[in-house]
Amino acid sequence: MTDTPARMTGTSSAAPAATQSGASASQVVSPLVEITGLRKSFGAVQALQGVDLKLAPGEVTALLGDNGAGKSTLVRCLTGVHPQDAGEIRFRGEQVRFHSPDDARQLGIETVYQTLGLIEDLPVWQNLYLNHELTSGFGPFRVLDKKSMIAQSSDILSRLDVNVPNVRATVRRMSGGQRQCIAIARAANWGRTLVIMDEPTAALGVRETAAVEELIARLREASVTVLLISHDMAQVLRVADTAYVLRRGQTAARRTISATTGDELVGLITGAVQGDAHA
Amino acid sequence: MADTQAPGRLGLDFSVEAAARYAAPIGLGVVFLIFFIATPDFLTTSNISDLLVSASILLVLAMGQQLVVTVAGIDLSVGSNLPWSAAVLGYAYTSGWGLTVSVGLALLAGLAVGVVNGLLVARLNMTDFIVTLGSLSVVSGLTLLLTSGNTVPVNSDFLRALAINGIGPVRWFWVLAFVVAVLVGFLLYRTRTGTYLLSTGGNIEAARGVGIHVNRIRLIAYASSGLACGVAAVLFVARTGGADPSLQTDLLLSSIAAVVLGGSSLFGGKASVFGTVTGALLLQSLINGFTLLGISQYYQPIAVGTVVLGAAFISRFQK
Repeated sequence: MTDTPARMTGTSSAAPAATQSGASASQVVSPLVEITGLRKSFGAVQALQGVDLKLAPGEVTALLGDNGAGKSTLVRCLTGVHPQDAGEIRFRGEQVRFHSPDDARQLGIETVYQTLGLIEDLPVWQNLYLNHELTSGFGPFRVLDKKSMIAQSSDILSRLDVNVPNVRATVRRMSGGQRQCIAIARAANWGRTLVIMDEPTAALGVRETAAVEELIARLREASVTVLLISHDMAQVLRVADTAYVLRRGQTAARRTISATTGDELVGLITGAVQGDAHA
Repeated sequence: MADTQAPGRLGLDFSVEAAARYAAPIGLGVVFLIFFIATPDFLTTSNISDLLVSASILLVLAMGQQLVVTVAGIDLSVGSNLPWSAAVLGYAYTSGWGLTVSVGLALLAGLAVGVVNGLLVARLNMTDFIVTLGSLSVVSGLTLLLTSGNTVPVNSDFLRALAINGIGPVRWFWVLAFVVAVLVGFLLYRTRTGTYLLSTGGNIEAARGVGIHVNRIRLIAYASSGLACGVAAVLFVARTGGADPSLQTDLLLSSIAAVVLGGSSLFGGKASVFGTVTGALLLQSLINGFTLLGISQYYQPIAVGTVVLGAAFISRFQK
């Protein structure tokens, strides 16, 4: 019961002003995650051919790249789905090697995939607490503590300003935007260190996209580190602090959002602009 | 048909969806009403008492089936697992191993079939339908080998008392079936394992994604169904006084039918213990009423099958 989501309350110390200048600060602050020379092949296909990437704590880092650039593979390496062939992942300065998604989850890394991973026929509160259920009693007589989970689910959602009127309703009754927000809220709640989002607004309408972007902004205010995969340049410029561009399995460039433009990012993705991060 | 009963009896606005959700209770009400009008012998204390006793065996089986259906699977092996467990009980008892050991072995025999099913489905990723169809055949063969095809009589005063006696008017069979239903309900709705069973059936990829050990969960479902067969076998032997290796294949269809009638989705992720209980009672009432009315028992499978098809039709309207 101690691992309840109290962490998002007292984190207002990371004021937006501090994160605005976070780009320059991140050079000083030691990175949460540091990836160097990451390589991964599937048979003859070299998906990753030496990726370098740093995630500054409390920042939103965008991961850009064309289809097949290696974004998904990188995420899967970082979440323990695929072990890397070569290169290293450092987490808070310590080298880690993930053998399964459980290993990554233990370090507080949570991922919101495009499929969201919600169980439609379970109520919202049960989805939020899936595999993190609160129980009372002991031994084989552990019983779900429904009351606490329902009450705290409302708290989790209202703290992030997610508009879900009734946490007892099943996810099936939720709109696409609500589902996305529930999935992100769940990841942010259990992702104590890093939340990875794979194109969170790809399937959403304008208003729902805005709601999700606001949610990402609130996560940043709460000092949650976010890795955001997105194809939407305008969105990246709106919500991210830093962007990494992957091209053909390599890091092509790293850009601070305040010092770049959408055109430059698109150029880096397509190769029209030469990358500079990798020889 | 059953629909017209919906608004008045349950105080609900009439809608097809409501009718679909309450198909089993509505159907049960209709069947009771029809048989009550048709014969004075139906709604008597002794008949209802016997009806509930025979429904107990089906109910225990259906509870196991419910767990497997919850994880989007199906257990066809119950059709031969029950006679198999009963035969093990009869064999052990006639070999002079005492009742306690024999009952324990019967439960283990049922559990073992369930565990094998579960391992094949969950670990080896074989199709549930084929696995349990295969074990249906294999286990029926094992039963014939064990018994040489003969009925094994079990003359146990304890088992006879279990079938006949009770606490006052409450028969032991009801108590046992009730306890099994409550246990399954508790497991599904009050425990982590239940949440994982529903999640695994609802969206196996998502369940795996949040770190639920879906293979273990599926194994638990099949093993529970096997154990339920063992329990049902003990009840069966107590009721019939022996283990007949060739009987009771209709319990397979009925166990699945009870779950479907109860409103659980065969695609998994949705479970209704109350619905399955009413589904089992409905099917048993049909058979009981037909017998009372002297309708040829050849009509019984037709009636049961029609009810199941009707349930499948109604479930199309369920959201």
